[in-house]
Amino acid sequence: MTAFDTFHSDIGAEARREGNRRSAAISRLRHLPKGLVLAWLVLAAALLFAIAPSLFTGHNPLEGVGGHQLKQPSAAHLLGTDALGRDLYARIVYGAAQSLTGAFVAVGLGLVVGTGLGVIAGSVRPRFDDAIMRIVDVLLSIPPLLLSLSIIILLGFGTVNAAIAVGVTSVAGFARLARAEVVRVRRSDYVEAAFGSGGTFASVLWRHVLPNSLTSVLAFASLQFGSAVLQISTLGFLGYGAPPPTPEWGLLIAEGRNYISTAWWLTTAPGVVVVLVVLAANRVSQSFGKASA
Amino acid sequence: MSGYLLSRVAQALFVLWAAFTISFVLLQAMPGDAILIKFQNPDLGLTAAQVAEIRASYAVDSSVPMQYARTLGNFLSGNYGYSVQAGVPVGSLLAAHLPATLKLATLGFLLATVLALLVAFLSSLTRFSWLRGALQSLPSLFISIPTFWLGIMLIQIFSFRLKLVPVINPGPWQELILPVLTLAVPISAPLAQVLVRNIDDAMTRPFVAVARAKGASRFWVLSRHVAKNALLPTLTIAGVLLGELIAGAVVTETVFGLNGIGGLTERAVGSQDAAVLQAIVVFSALAFVIINLAVDLLYPVLDPRLRTKAGAAA
Repeated sequence: MTAFDTFHSDIGAEARREGNRRSAAISRLRHLPKGLVLAWLVLAAALLFAIAPSLFTGHNPLEGVGGHQLKQPSAAHLLGTDALGRDLYARIVYGAAQSLTGAFVAVGLGLVVGTGLGVIAGSVRPRFDDAIMRIVDVLLSIPPLLLSLSIIILLGFGTVNAAIAVGVTSVAGFARLARAEVVRVRRSDYVEAAFGSGGTFASVLWRHVLPNSLTSVLAFASLQFGSAVLQISTLGFLGYGAPPPTPEWGLLIAEGRNYISTAWWLTTAPGVVVVLVVLAANRVSQSFGKASA
Repeated sequence: MSGYLLSRVAQALFVLWAAFTISFVLLQAMPGDAILIKFQNPDLGLTAAQVAEIRASYAVDSSVPMQYARTLGNFLSGNYGYSVQAGVPVGSLLAAHLPATLKLATLGFLLATVLALLVAFLSSLTRFSWLRGALQSLPSLFISIPTFWLGIMLIQIFSFRLKLVPVINPGPWQELILPVLTLAVPISAPLAQVLVRNIDDAMTRPFVAVARAKGASRFWVLSRHVAKNALLPTLTIAGVLLGELIAGAVVTETVFGLNGIGGLTERAVGSQDAAVLQAIVVFSALAFVIINLAVDLLYPVLDPRLRTKAGAAA
């Protein structure tokens, strides 16, 4: 017996039980899927970038430093600098606000309009239900990118317009899902009981149908969030989103394109950030999906 | 059966008409228009009366319902309007740009199919769980990569670092290597996901256990018994894949400077050339409707179980 073992056996049973409990908690922590924890960390970091960018970088994202043009990544400039001497890391950090706000607006629009349409379709008489869902089917027949480009021609370029254009493409998906959920919940016994005990249509919808349809809608929303980040960066890259010098992620990649042969970091770094955020959002959505199932 | 056929065709025609109407409302019925953008420029020295005359020649000065009726009639008779920016009929513009995109899309789709089959079959055949895990997480990685960034990365790596594909004056096939690869990655992802799921499903069926018990190898079971069952349901995502192909073509052609429908779309949005974009939207919807109709009609032919009523109900 080593000294360590002796020490261990000397501890009272009470303490051992306490220790067991603690190690159980630790092992539960350890058994959390590592990928999921990492995904939450990435999303939290991106969110903090968006809320308080100045905490993460001292550099100005819009004004360059003379003589510091196109510098390689170094201790002074973590991800290097662009052609105007602006710090790329600072531009990515400040760009989070642009890209994430856009994604939130897009998903919010799809969630509110789409879920609204779906809940109405699932609750009204079959004739109106058919009419609404037909329109939704038509929205699905136009490729998402072409639909958002049409809306951009209509509204003009800009951050908010790009977000709206992306949001409209997710309306159909939300509507279908919400309608299916409402139809499912409406058939259940407790909704029938609520009607039977004198609930009006609106009160039953609000108190029973809506909350019970919401879980899968939220899982879908977080999946759409990742896809919205992707689509907004695509529109930004094509030049239809925020105008320069706004540090939007897609636009950063577009600007870096001109220096592709000399400054690899300008296109590589923002792209990696987009991939990480989208991967993280998809992973988190997957875990929601499992929890609700 | 013929009743079903008729109702499906009618449904398809309705979707097409509605897509036309939506695109008309979004693109043509708007207040600001491409003609003003192009001709209002004071450098051109046109008077207000001349601009109004040009507007009249493009028939954008009449009321919206009138315009709608005329545009619908024109589309039905094969006249898709004039591109304001290029000054030529949209129909000939599309015809000129279509071959490049068809070539890119066909090759991209083929490569995507090969990639997806590789991922699905290898992940099902391998004995190493780490390899299986890695292969099965590829699709979710592919889905998260922005297509335009992938294209730029490929140029950076293969053209500038390794100098494998020339950037200046590439041959007709050389110039397609990187674009086709760029396009194939995002399309292979949903395809691989569906395939992996279907193979996993089919692998749990009793006939697999029987075949294995009779001594068939994993490969034999996969290629002779499971593949047939796993491939057919991928047809149902054909419409989604078409959307991915079109979006991919727009981005890929922009990144690589190819002169196809995708590049045309990008320029049409940049110059607010609504007539061009509307024709592209309507033709995409047409392609979508035809593909879905074909899948719906072909499915019972390919899957004998659906031919009888009893099979369809099962």
